[in-house]
Amino acid sequence: MKIRVGHLYPDYLNIYADRGNIAVLAQRAAWRGHELEISLLGMDDPIPPGDHDLLYVGGGQDREQLLVASNLAAKADQLVESVERGAALLAVCGGYQLLGRGYRGFHGQDMPGVGLFPLETVAGERRMIGDVLLECELESGRKRTLAGFENHAGRTRLDAGAVPLGRVVAGFGNDGRSGFEGCRVGRAVGTYLHGPLLPRNPWLADWLLGQALAHRLGGAPELEPLPDDLEAAAHEVASARARARGGRF
Amino acid sequence: MPRVPLSAEILAARAAAGLSRLVGAGGGTTVPGRLLWKLDPAAIDRLAARLPRGSALISATNGKTTTSAMAAEILSPQLRLAFNGSGANLISGVASTLLAARGAELGLFEVDEGALPEVARRLRPRALCLGNLFRDQLDRYGELELVAERWRQAVAELDPDAALVVNGDDPQVGELARARARATIFGLDDPRWARPTLQHAADSKHCIRCGTPYDYAAVYVGHLGDYRCPNCGHARPEPAVVAREIELRGIQSASFTLSTPDGERRIDLHVPGLYNVYNALAAAALARELGADLDTIAAGLGRFDAAFGRFERIESGGKRILMLLIKNPAGANEAVRTLVEGGAPRVAVIALNDAIADGQDVSWIWDVDFEPLIGGLERLVATGARAAELGLRFKYGGLDEAAIEVVPDLEQALDRGLELTPAGGELAVLPTYTAMLALRSIAGDRGLVRPFWEQAA
Repeated sequence: MKIRVGHLYPDYLNIYADRGNIAVLAQRAAWRGHELEISLLGMDDPIPPGDHDLLYVGGGQDREQLLVASNLAAKADQLVESVERGAALLAVCGGYQLLGRGYRGFHGQDMPGVGLFPLETVAGERRMIGDVLLECELESGRKRTLAGFENHAGRTRLDAGAVPLGRVVAGFGNDGRSGFEGCRVGRAVGTYLHGPLLPRNPWLADWLLGQALAHRLGGAPELEPLPDDLEAAAHEVASARARARGGRF
Repeated sequence: MPRVPLSAEILAARAAAGLSRLVGAGGGTTVPGRLLWKLDPAAIDRLAARLPRGSALISATNGKTTTSAMAAEILSPQLRLAFNGSGANLISGVASTLLAARGAELGLFEVDEGALPEVARRLRPRALCLGNLFRDQLDRYGELELVAERWRQAVAELDPDAALVVNGDDPQVGELARARARATIFGLDDPRWARPTLQHAADSKHCIRCGTPYDYAAVYVGHLGDYRCPNCGHARPEPAVVAREIELRGIQSASFTLSTPDGERRIDLHVPGLYNVYNALAAAALARELGADLDTIAAGLGRFDAAFGRFERIESGGKRILMLLIKNPAGANEAVRTLVEGGAPRVAVIALNDAIADGQDVSWIWDVDFEPLIGGLERLVATGARAAELGLRFKYGGLDEAAIEVVPDLEQALDRGLELTPAGGELAVLPTYTAMLALRSIAGDRGLVRPFWEQAA
C-alpha cells in the first residue's frame, strides 16, 4: 500500500535531524511491504485535505520559523480539515509551536499559528535544553515511554481540557512546570521531543503508520512486529540520560 | 576582594598546572587559567597587554584548531608565540597559555565561538580571523543566529585599527567585513570542486537580508560557496586572498595556488580535503596580516602536518589507524567525503559520545551524510556512550543490521576494528571529541602516540 506523506517546508524546518524521523517511517513501512510516497511541500504548494495520509512538520531555528510562519498560517483551514478528515500528523518543536494559536516572541517578533492544537506559546528567558523522558497512554490502558531531547525557549500552555502527548517523567516538557509534554488532537501529535524522536521510539513510528493506513483504508491493519533490539538499546540509554540529567527549573 | 599582585597570582596558577599533571589529571591546560580567573579576572587583560606584538584570535565552527596550528607553523620560525595548540579554547585555556608562555612576543589563540566576545574584550586583539558558522552543538550554543549575533558584537567592539580576516564564502561571516575599514576577505575559486547541490544540513542558505534562497554559482563545503540572492542581490564579496587551481589527492594531500594582492604561490599541503584548503587559506590570510611574506607562508603551510586528533595516522602492530575527528554535520560530511575519495573503507569504527564537549544532543548524526560510506562498508563497529544510537543511524541509512556491531567500550571497539583490518591495512576511526581524547589516551598507554600536552609544548 502507498502511504502518502506531505513533508512541510523541508528546506526551512529541518534543524534537529528531522530526516531521521522520515527515514524511520519510510523503512518501517517498507519492511512491512508498504511504500512511503513523500511530497515535499514548500511555500507555493497547497495542502489539499484528503491528499495526504500523514503530514510532517519539523523544527526550525527562529529565523527559519519566522520565514514560514505566515505562509503556514494562511494554510490553516487546509491543515485543520486534513486532520479532521483523519490524516495523521507529527509536528516537532518549531512545527509544534506553529500549529498552536501562535508564538509570542521577546522583541515583538510574534508569529501567527494554525490553531490546530489548543495551545499558546510565549518566549521565556531561559532556554529549556536537555534529555526528556515521557510516559504516554495513546491507547487507554497501554502505557509506553518516549525518550528524546528538547531545546526550546518557548513555554507552551495547553488550554483547559487539551490532551497532552504525555506526562513528563524527567526533563522540562511544555513549560517546565505543568508536568505535561506535547499535545494530541485526533491523529495529530505535536511535541518538543527531537533526538530525532522516532528511531529510539519505534512504537510511535508504528502508531503513526497505523493511523496513516487507517486514513487510507478506513480501518487500521495490524502492522507485524519488527526486531527492535537496537532501538530498545538506544531507548534505554536515552531514558537513563533523561533520568540522570534531564532539565528542570 | 583585594587585588593580589600579578606575580603572586601567576606563581600560584603555574604551580597548579604542575600539580594537575602530577596527579595525572591531564595536561594542566585549563586548571591554572581557571584559578587565575577566580583570583582576578582582569589579570588576563594585563598578561595579554604584556605581549609586545599583541594577539591574534581565530574562531570558526569548523577548522579553528587546524587553522591556528597552520598559522603557528607559519609564524613560529620568526616569532615566539603564546599559542593554545592543545585546543583549550575557552577563556581559561587562553589564560593558562598566557601564564605558561614566558617571553612570548605574539599571542595566537584559537577561541571557542561562544567565548569570542569575552576573549576579544579582554585581549584587544590586533587581528581576528573568522572562518565559518555551521550548526553545531545546539544544546550548548543555542541557535546559529545567537552565535552570529555574538560575533557581530565582537567585531563591533574591535579596536578601529584591528585587522579583520573573514571567509567571504560564508554569507553570515562575509557580511561582517562590510562595516570595517580594514578587512581581508578570503574565498575559494575553482568550480571544478563545487558540489552539485547544497548538502542536506546546509545552514545559511536563505539570504541574510531578505530571506530568499540564494543562487549558488558554486557550493564548496556546507553552505560555503559563491552565492547571490536573486531577489535583493546580496552576494559574496570579492575575495582578495583566493585559492585557485585546487588539486585534491584523496586522503593523502592537497595543493592549490594561493593568490593575493602581493602575488601568487603554489601551496602543497600534507593534509587532505577541501576543508583543509579553507583552513590553509584562512591561516595564510591571517599570517599575511601579521606581516608574513608569501615565501614564509608557503614554507609554513608546506611543513604543516595535521593538528592534534583532527587527522592523524597512528601505527599499530603493522596496521595503521586513520583517525578523523567528527563533531557536527558539516565537519563530518567533509570527513566522510575525504575518506570516500581515498577509496571507501570496508571496516570503520565510529565513536559517539555525548558529554558536554561532544554535544549532549546527538541528533546531529542524523544530519550527517554517512550514506556514501554505507555502500562500501562490510562491517561497522559502533562505539561510545551512544553506540546503539549510531547503529540506528546506519540501520535506517540502509546498512544491513548484520553488518553492525555495537561495542560501547572504546578500547574493545578499537581492538575489534584492528582485528577486522588485514595486515598492512588501514582502519578508519571517526570519533567525537571526548571519544578522540579517550582513544588517543588508549593509544598513548600502548606507546603509540605522545600525550598532547607534550606535543603542544
